Amino acid sequence: MNHQRRDALKAGGGLGVLGLLATVGLIRPETAHAAWNEQAFGAKSLDAAFEVLGAGKPAVSDDVVLNTPDIAENGAVVPVGVVSKLPGTEYVAIMIEKNPYMLAASFTIPEGTQAEVQTRVKMGQTSDVYALVKADGKFYMAKKEVKVTLGGCGG
Amino acid sequence: MSMNRREFMQMLAVAAAGGMSLHSGFARAQQAAAALYDMPAFGNVSLLHMTDCHAQLLPIHFREPSVNLGIGNMSGKVPHLVGEHLLKHFGIRPGSIEAHAFTCLDFVEAAKTYGRVGGFAHLATLVKQLKASRSGALLLDGGDTWQGSATALWTKAQDMVDACKLLGVDVMTLHWESTYGAERVKEIEEKDFAGRIDIVAQNVKTTDFEDPVFKPYVIRNINGVPVAIVGQAFPYTPIANPRWMTPDWSFGIQEQGMQEAVDAARAEGAQVVVVLSHNGMDVDLKLASRVTGIDAIFGGHTHDGMPAPTVVDNAGGKTLVTNAGSNGKFLGVMDFDVRDGKVADFRYRLLPVFANLLPADPDMAAFIDKVRAPFLEKLGEPLAVTEGLLYRRGNFNGSWDQLIVDALIAEKDAELAFSPGFRWGTSLLPGDTITMEHLLDQTAITYPWTTLTEMSGEMIKTILEDVADNLFNPDPYYQQGGDMVRVGGLQYTCDPTAPMGRRIDDMMLKGRRIEPGKTYKVAGWAPVAEEARDSGPAVWDVVASHLRAQKLVTQQALNLPELKNMSGNPGMGF
Repeated sequence: MNHQRRDALKAGGGLGVLGLLATVGLIRPETAHAAWNEQAFGAKSLDAAFEVLGAGKPAVSDDVVLNTPDIAENGAVVPVGVVSKLPGTEYVAIMIEKNPYMLAASFTIPEGTQAEVQTRVKMGQTSDVYALVKADGKFYMAKKEVKVTLGGCGG
Repeated sequence: MSMNRREFMQMLAVAAAGGMSLHSGFARAQQAAAALYDMPAFGNVSLLHMTDCHAQLLPIHFREPSVNLGIGNMSGKVPHLVGEHLLKHFGIRPGSIEAHAFTCLDFVEAAKTYGRVGGFAHLATLVKQLKASRSGALLLDGGDTWQGSATALWTKAQDMVDACKLLGVDVMTLHWESTYGAERVKEIEEKDFAGRIDIVAQNVKTTDFEDPVFKPYVIRNINGVPVAIVGQAFPYTPIANPRWMTPDWSFGIQEQGMQEAVDAARAEGAQVVVVLSHNGMDVDLKLASRVTGIDAIFGGHTHDGMPAPTVVDNAGGKTLVTNAGSNGKFLGVMDFDVRDGKVADFRYRLLPVFANLLPADPDMAAFIDKVRAPFLEKLGEPLAVTEGLLYRRGNFNGSWDQLIVDALIAEKDAELAFSPGFRWGTSLLPGDTITMEHLLDQTAITYPWTTLTEMSGEMIKTILEDVADNLFNPDPYYQQGGDMVRVGGLQYTCDPTAPMGRRIDDMMLKGRRIEPGKTYKVAGWAPVAEEARDSGPAVWDVVASHLRAQKLVTQQALNLPELKNMSGNPGMGF
């Protein structure tokens, strides 16, 4: 276990992770403060969000890998990761179909960056999770169900 | 104690004559022992596998299920075969000692004939003999070893930790172990097990940076062959059990991590790669079809005592999947013939541990006596006599659970009661005295509190649907591996083939339909939420007072749901 890394982040906790990453020069400040896409984050359905983002009906692609648990350990912080193997990936979004506002996160991928993002999302109930990727001007997606259960009663 | 095979067989014959003469003839017992335990060594790499003993140090009875439904493409497939269906599939003769070990057929009569199963002293004799006849053999423990008995609970697992060291366990993985809390698990790993037993689990990581909590695998050299044992802890520990007990650990199936661990072990030179798994058998079967490079998965959790491995095809070749039952009843023996750097052939047996056929190992027997001595009075307190057979295993209910929900309703003045679908818990024969120890065999957990909750009809339905999906989701990765929550007082219908949210219907309480908006008083136990700590007296105290007052437990009809679309399913029958 890397205690040093943990301690360093605890010390820097006041800055927030994005702030910290910006401080150490991992991402440029303007990326961390990229414009808030109010319309997209306000979308209440998958189709509406796709429309706002100009994604239309994105094709399902095996080159978009969505890493989530099958069953969430804690619906309040569900780890979701997206890896895009598509060349020219410029944008990645994560959507939780049954959340009241279903666009959970969006990432602008600077040119030449490995398209691999990870975050935690809040989920109130079992839902399909979508990864939306824009590469070379076209949209692609991957989908996976994440179960949120009451717990107990096992084993 | 070390002896050759002939000496071992002679000793079995003597033990058999002593132990079984009350119920059967010398010849029959001798034959049974000879057929069961005469397993010539094979190949050059041997792995012994025990799992889910649930802290049962002494021989016990354990009835296998009469209901273990498989749905979707799992229907009619191993491990979802019971009774005669199982015998037929594996070619086991009805009425034989193996038929008693692997099925619930004629359970009471057969249990009287063949006697108790398991017990660490008897298991130790078998392990010693097998290790003596198979040079370099390792003993793998699939977990659920530290929980399930009063003495394990009262010693915070110390009795089982010491017993496993004495037994010669080499490598283990985890499930219920985690319910003693992360600190206790780490304390045992770092102090008691140091240099003796490795805990492996590729799928346990810290919740923050996903750093490994345990070794993902170990490589041991067996007769010049590097053998990797990859660990897979129960993936849904923080969901099925209280998350607050291991707040910094994340689990999950982690298929990609498994592939990486297997590849890393191969790159390090492993010629044999096996997975010691607590996934449950359906999950193991799916994993085996998707991850390449695994020679065998030694599975547990779902307590499926399967006489032969299932051979699963995948993109890289074939993987054997076994499951070794529960409660110390079985020991799996896998012999690999490894040639030119890979597995060329194998032999596998799942040996039942019959206490009357295997004499007790004196060292282990002495250890067990010593560890139990301070608790004997408390353990032996007689609570009541049972008129009927008491058992737990089964998808929907068992007579032990019926007793528990009846007691909860009466003692807590509830309208209905829930009891978790645990698969551990020993069986008692008709006429047996129920002692405090037997009650704790069903209830000994670190979060035993009882609850009484005002619950809406809608919530009751939500709970039943939620648990039904954990059991009957057609994709095994979405299953948790327990059984259906047991209900007292409530009748319902269940269609296991229906989608999530539509399996449960016609919920009735005392002849009246459950109304979604109405509230009901529901008793329960084993709450997983941290807010429910100390919510009420421990379940064993509640049930014990009920039993003391009753004195005689009459045979009750089991409250079972009416099943739909299940007729002809070979996961049901007698």
